[in-house]
Amino acid sequence: MNFIKKFFDKTRPTFSEGGKLHALRSVYEGFESFLLVPNTTSKSGVSIHDAIDSKRIMSMVVIALMPAMLFGMYNIGYQHYMAAGLDGSLMEMFAYGLLALLPKIVVSYAVGLGIEFVVAQYKHEEIQEGYLVTGLIVPLILPINCPLWMMALAIAFAVIFAKEIFGGTGMNIFNVALVARAFLFFSYSGKMTGDEVWVANESILGLGKDLPDTFTCATPLAEVGSGQMSASLNDMVVGLIPGSVGETSVIAIALGAALLLWTGIASWKTMLSVFVGGGLTAALFHATGSTPIEWYEHLVLGGFCFGAVFMATDPVTSARTEGGKYIYGFLIGVIAILVRVLNPGYPEGMMLAILFMNLFAPLIDYFFVQHNINRRLKRIKN
Amino acid sequence: MSFLSKQNKTTLTEPLNLNNPIVAQVLGICSALAVTSQLKPAIVMGLSVTIITAMANVVISLLRKTIPNRIRIIVQLVVVAALVTIVSMVLKAYFYDVSVQLSVYVGLIITNCILMGRLEAFAMQNKVLPSLLDGIGNGLGYAWILVVVAFFRELLGNGTLLGYTVIPQSFYDLGYQNNGMMTMPAMALIIVGCVIWANCAYNNRKK
Repeated sequence: MNFIKKFFDKTRPTFSEGGKLHALRSVYEGFESFLLVPNTTSKSGVSIHDAIDSKRIMSMVVIALMPAMLFGMYNIGYQHYMAAGLDGSLMEMFAYGLLALLPKIVVSYAVGLGIEFVVAQYKHEEIQEGYLVTGLIVPLILPINCPLWMMALAIAFAVIFAKEIFGGTGMNIFNVALVARAFLFFSYSGKMTGDEVWVANESILGLGKDLPDTFTCATPLAEVGSGQMSASLNDMVVGLIPGSVGETSVIAIALGAALLLWTGIASWKTMLSVFVGGGLTAALFHATGSTPIEWYEHLVLGGFCFGAVFMATDPVTSARTEGGKYIYGFLIGVIAILVRVLNPGYPEGMMLAILFMNLFAPLIDYFFVQHNINRRLKRIKN
Repeated sequence: MSFLSKQNKTTLTEPLNLNNPIVAQVLGICSALAVTSQLKPAIVMGLSVTIITAMANVVISLLRKTIPNRIRIIVQLVVVAALVTIVSMVLKAYFYDVSVQLSVYVGLIITNCILMGRLEAFAMQNKVLPSLLDGIGNGLGYAWILVVVAFFRELLGNGTLLGYTVIPQSFYDLGYQNNGMMTMPAMALIIVGCVIWANCAYNNRKK
């Protein structure tokens, strides 16, 4: 760590007042406080000292996303090799997935952080760290065949219209990554939900082979919609099924969830109640015969786990009152299954459910705060 | 008062920018979202509203001293309704396909807040000529926003302008796709927001 500190100490004069690169000061500060603990403290007002700040929270969530991302890479390769009928070793499959996914992650960070830097520079503010997590989540919740320019456009749209115009990180009403996905979903639905987008279909650096453009492969949820499902429960839990990059493996997501819960970053109340809400609704629909698959299959399929663990628990957009988290999470689960089962047009409902509840989170909080105030008022009067 | 006195000029030009019915007063948004998915209906709608606002302003301004105060809204509505019916019939007779695209929205000009607002706020207190200019100004202020919004929506949503294909096939071959969300009213609201944003930024800079 010492050499990083030395580097920042050496370059500091270049970026301070009067230095050559003073204009890029916010970029410098952003990187410094991301890599090191900032050596300035607040000079006025009340400040709370905590072992963890928002940059550390973000890094922790990024680490929690790693299992899902790594498994996603492997699964991209696995699906491709299976579709192409090739025999590949584990490393070959992983390398193929890595090469397929890496450009997306790079573009996602370049576009999103680029906009953040420009805005911070323009408003003479420090760079806010909110994009660190979003930048990784966006490639993970898209199908692998979504073109780069579409993703870049969606990210620019989401960062500007879902975050910056509300005042930047911490002020957004909607989850930024989900807004990017929703933009793609409604703008280019053919590239987002069609049958041909879930398996990578070209050879990369000699790995894999070109598949015909017409090659199709439906996700299990789409198959459920049409009444047929081929994947076994085992595959669904391990994650060897077609789907958005990071959402397929329940085990990898569970590893991330364990880290988030152990460090206390994600709320177990939200997470648990999403599963309870989804499970009960799915069981109800299964009992009435509206959906052919069991309730636990609904929970492990599609983006349900990924959404419940990484997006419903987003501390900015979820309900902030402790009691409100139960209702917020429960309704996400209920709405996600409702959309899946009752709307034949949309095989997956997690994105819409979370965005919808993001909208209602402030209302839920309002009622809980009012309830608390009333209870205390009563106590005073007695 | 001469035809283009300074005051009359302000009456005509202010609604185009600083006091624009959509951008500054945020009136008439529903129709602005509903008819702007293509350029042609947007232009026709903008012109219809301009004509109706101008004519209604003139008629009400002429009657302003004889209208009993307690039933003025009814009188205004009758005048507007008559004008809207005429415009709607003309459209059906000469521009049938556009009138089909506009469907109920021509009829709904009656309830357009811009019209009632101008009649109440301006025509009831002012002489005929300023009222005419005010009506034209507000109608055109509404129309140019519609045209801007429709331009972007049709270009990005359908790849056409006025029905002619603008984006060449080679773009599509490279993987470009029309943005389906542009054809939805939700995106129209965002574009109206962007126009407001750009307009405010422009006016603030001029200050």
